[in-house]
Amino acid sequence: MEIFHNLIYGFSVALSLQNLWFCFIGVFLGTLIGVLPGIGPLATIAMLLPVTFNVPPVAAMIMLAGIYYGAQYGGSTTSILVNLPGEISSVITCIDGYQMARQGRAGPALAIAAIGSFIAGSIATVLIAVFGPPLAEMALKFGAPEYFSLMLMGLVTAAVLAQGDMVKSLAMVVLGLLLGVVGTDVNSGMSRFAFDIPELTDGISFVVLAVGMFAVAEIVSNLGETEERQVFTAKVTHLWPTFDDMKRSIGPILRGTALGSFMGVLPGTGPAIASFSSYMVEKKLAKDPSRFGKGAIEGVAGPESANNADAQCKFLAMLTLGIPSSAVMALMLGALTIQGIAPGPQVMTQNPDLFWGLIASMWIGNLMLVVLNLPLVGLWVSLLKVPYRIMFPAIMAFCCIGIYSVNNSALDVYMASFFGVVGFLWRKLECPPAPLLLGFVLGPMMEENLRRALLISRGDATVFFTRPISLGFMIATALILVIMIAPAVRKRREQFTD
Amino acid sequence: MMSNLRNNKDFFAGLMFILIGAGAVFIARDYPIGSATRMGPGYFPVALGGLLFLFGVYIMVQGVIKKEKMQGTWSMKAWIILPIATIIFGYLMDHGGFVPALVALVFASAAAGDEFKFREVVLMTVVLTVASVGLFIYALELPYPLFPWSR
Repeated sequence: MEIFHNLIYGFSVALSLQNLWFCFIGVFLGTLIGVLPGIGPLATIAMLLPVTFNVPPVAAMIMLAGIYYGAQYGGSTTSILVNLPGEISSVITCIDGYQMARQGRAGPALAIAAIGSFIAGSIATVLIAVFGPPLAEMALKFGAPEYFSLMLMGLVTAAVLAQGDMVKSLAMVVLGLLLGVVGTDVNSGMSRFAFDIPELTDGISFVVLAVGMFAVAEIVSNLGETEERQVFTAKVTHLWPTFDDMKRSIGPILRGTALGSFMGVLPGTGPAIASFSSYMVEKKLAKDPSRFGKGAIEGVAGPESANNADAQCKFLAMLTLGIPSSAVMALMLGALTIQGIAPGPQVMTQNPDLFWGLIASMWIGNLMLVVLNLPLVGLWVSLLKVPYRIMFPAIMAFCCIGIYSVNNSALDVYMASFFGVVGFLWRKLECPPAPLLLGFVLGPMMEENLRRALLISRGDATVFFTRPISLGFMIATALILVIMIAPAVRKRREQFTD
Repeated sequence: MMSNLRNNKDFFAGLMFILIGAGAVFIARDYPIGSATRMGPGYFPVALGGLLFLFGVYIMVQGVIKKEKMQGTWSMKAWIILPIATIIFGYLMDHGGFVPALVALVFASAAAGDEFKFREVVLMTVVLTVASVGLFIYALELPYPLFPWSR
C-alpha cells in the first residue's frame, strides 16, 4: 500500500528531534494564543514568520501548522471553563461547554473536546494522505484557465461566506487584488503603483499587510472596549467522561469530523462555519433537542471535532493546488514562498519530506495537545489573569521586530503602521479584512493565469467555459452567488451572522 | 442632509471604494492596456479599479437607503498613538539601535492604553527588552546594532 509507505516516510521525517521540537513549540504557542482572547493565529503566524527564516522549510511549516490547529484547541479550553472563546471557532462551544462546567462537569467537557479533536485530527490526517496524491495529480493537468477559475471560485466563496455584508466582502477582495498589483509587472517589467519608491517595486509584503490589519488594528480595537473578564474558574475535579458521555459523543464526533473535513476542502469557509453547522446538525438529530444549551455533551463533541478537522483539511488544498482557502492558509503559502518552495501540485513530488512530514506532524501535534493540555488546564486559565495592558505592548514589540526583520526595512514598519490605521477604519466601516488578504495573495497568480489563458485562446474569453474542469468551477461560482443572493438564504444568513 | 450621513457606515465604505477605484484607474491610465490577447500592465489594474468603483457606488447607495450607523467606540487615543509608536520604532531601528527602538516602542505603546502605571511600564520595558535582545540578537542572530554607538 502506497499510503502506508508514504505515511511511514512522513513519520520518519516528523519524528526527527528537530521537527518534534518545532512541532511542540508550535502547538504550545498555538494553545497559548488560542487561550488568550485578542490575538489570533493570523497575527501570531505573521509575527513569527521571521523566526522561521533560519529554520529548514519542513520544521518551519510544522511549527506554523502547529500554531494554527493548536489555537483551535486552546480556544475551546477557555470557552468551557470561563465562557470566553479564545477564537471565533469556539464561540459555539461556549453554549454547552460552559453549562457543563457550571454543573461541575468541566473535566468531561474538556476531555471530550480533546478526544473529539484528536479523533477528528487523526481521521483528517488519513484523509489528506488518501486524497492528497490524486488531487495533486489532477492539479498537474490544470492549465491557466482552470487555475484562474479555481481562484475565482475561492475568492467568491471566501467573500460570500465571510461575516457581514457580502458586497463589501467582494469589494475587499477586489481591493486586495489591486494591492497585489503594486510592484513590478513580471511580463513588461513596468512598475505599477510604486510612486517611485524603490522598495515598493518589490510589492507590498504580505507580512506587513497581515500584521497591520490583524495585529495593530486588532489591538486598537481591543483598547477601545472596556474589558470585563469575569473569571468563574470551574474546579476541574474528575477528568474522565463517563461511559454514557462517550456513547453520546461518538456520533457527534464522527459527524463533526465529516462535516469539518468537507468544509475544510471547500475554499473560503472558516472553522467557525464548520463548528456552527456541526452544532446545528447535532441539535436537529438529537432525540431531545431541549437539552442543548443546558450542558449537552454532544454540543461540545461535535463542533470541537468539526473545527479541528476543518483546520487540517485546509492544508489539503494549500499543499496540493497551491491555493489558499483562507487567510491563514494565505500566510502559510507566503511562508512556503519565503522558504524558496514554489507552491503547487509539484510540492508533493519535489518536496515529499515537506508534504508527508507536515501531515504526519499534524497527527503527532494532536497527540501532544491531548497529552500536554489536559494536565495543564490550570496553567492556561491562570494566563487569563494577565491584564491586557501588559499583553499588548509585548505583542506590539514582537510584531514590529518581526516586520522589520523580513526585509530589514523601516519602510515596511511604516507601511504596517499605515495598514493598522486603515485596518481599524475598515473594522469601523464593517469591511472584513480577511477577504482582502486572500485577494492580495492570489492577485499576482490570478493576473498571470488570466493573461496566459487569454494568450493561449487568442483573447477568447469563452476558454473559461469550454474546458470542462474550468466550466465546473465557473458553474460552482455562479451557483454560490445565486444561492447567496436568493432572498430566503439571505435572510437566514443575516440571522446567522447576528 | 449631511447630518443624515454622519456615521453612516455604508456611505463612507462606499465612498472609500469609489475613491480608491477611481484613483487606481487614474494612475493606471498611463500603463499600456494592450488587448485581451496580449494584456499590457494596465489591463488588470484598470479592470479592478473599475470594478471597485462600481461596488463602491452600490454600497454607497445602500448606505443612503439603509442609514445604518457605525457601532462601538472609536478608541481615538490608541488609533493615533500605536501607529506613531510603530513609526518611531522603524525610524530608530535605522538610525538608533535595537535597544532604543524597542524601549521607545514599548513605552509609547503602553501610553496608548487606559491605564499607565509608570513603575509597571518601566519593569515591563526592561523585561521585554532583555528578552528580545536574548531571543532575536543572540539566539536568532539578527544583525542589528544594539545601541547608536555600536553601529
